[in-house]
Amino acid sequence: MVKEIERAGIAVVHVCTVTPISLTVGANRIVPAVAIPHPLGNPKLSEKEEFSLRRKLVEKALNAFGTPVSDQTVFED
Amino acid sequence: MGGKCMEEKRIVLYINQFFGQIGGEEMAHIEPQSHDKPIGPGVGLSNLLPKNCTIVGTIICGDSYFNENLEEASATVGKMIKDFNPDLVIAGPAFNAGRYGMACGTVGKIAHDMGIPAVSGMYEENPGVEGYRQYLYIVETTNSAAGMRTALPAIAKLAGKIVNGEPMGTPAEEGYMSRGIRKNVFVEKRGSERAVDMLLKKLAGEEFETEYPIPVFDRVEPAAAITDLSNVTVALVTSGGIVPKGNPDRIEASSASHYGKYSIEGLDSLSSEGFQTAHGGYDPVYANDRPDRVVPVDAMRALEKEGKIGKLFPYFYTTVGNGTSVANAVSFATEIAKELVNEGVQAVILTST
Repeated sequence: MVKEIERAGIAVVHVCTVTPISLTVGANRIVPAVAIPHPLGNPKLSEKEEFSLRRKLVEKALNAFGTPVSDQTVFED
Repeated sequence: MGGKCMEEKRIVLYINQFFGQIGGEEMAHIEPQSHDKPIGPGVGLSNLLPKNCTIVGTIICGDSYFNENLEEASATVGKMIKDFNPDLVIAGPAFNAGRYGMACGTVGKIAHDMGIPAVSGMYEENPGVEGYRQYLYIVETTNSAAGMRTALPAIAKLAGKIVNGEPMGTPAEEGYMSRGIRKNVFVEKRGSERAVDMLLKKLAGEEFETEYPIPVFDRVEPAAAITDLSNVTVALVTSGGIVPKGNPDRIEASSASHYGKYSIEGLDSLSSEGFQTAHGGYDPVYANDRPDRVVPVDAMRALEKEGKIGKLFPYFYTTVGNGTSVANAVSFATEIAKELVNEGVQAVILTST
């Protein structure tokens, strides 16, 4: 789905846990997520801490939009 | 008494928590464990393998644990394989299960790196095929475990041939998916004759078989960077299956036949009363408890209020990425993209589980 949306001219950031799959299917901007059942969360944290974590991940995705890439790129920490 | 006594061969089986009879998605987090006997499909395989082959051990690991901890899981499983000292490793079959296929593929690579041949079984669209086909023999299976009764005999036959050093035919003949390995063979007709034969057939509209399928590299040019998002409308799309509570459009838990478009107008977050996940391929408890963990409306709304993005698109699009066919995914996304372009959306955050 990531590829088809990008093909239409929309910038896409794929936030996902199993980044090898994202690379295989051809996503260009990839942000690694926390875990499979809670990609943008961590139930072990307090509500406040978890929101902060989620916000940081989304900000990472927004920064990825702002980064020029010429090839598939995983935005690690 | 005549004939040569066939050497005893040791085989190790790698399976996930479900086929290891430990549990479903709620147990996908378990660490690797080793058992000195065949378990699950190993029992069936034992009856199908040649008499000189024994499944000496079964390694079980949770699909989520393996994929979330690739390094540690690989090291642990690698050691467990080594301790069994096998002549061959069988992983899966994984059918169309993505995480399981990735794990089986990785196990195949681990075995390959140790000089041990490995065999698995996957549906052709499993990402494990594309990622690992060159390291192990992947038998082509149907897209669900309903195909177990045809997959096991095929795997057992191939494994037996490999471990007993029997001559192997082409991938098509042996039932595994091509690995991109070139093997030189002698044929009667020279290349130029074969090429002309093929061309004549093609011109006459007859069927012919190419000797070298040209690989299709379907890559999309990365979109240009957008440094200032303060005037941009950003949309959320997910394959994690978040839907309104009750799943009103009945998006399937697996092999989704359609996608949904749901309003987040005026919502500062996705509540557990209003939303849930329909996805059957991961433990749903965390997503149901707090759907923002899969579709981050709360964080996006906060950033919108701060002006970090121009606008959060008032709808999110959702489908279930569990075993959903590539063809369907392409068709959903093409439609979604069309709508988004018409609405002036310039950026999409797509979340996957």
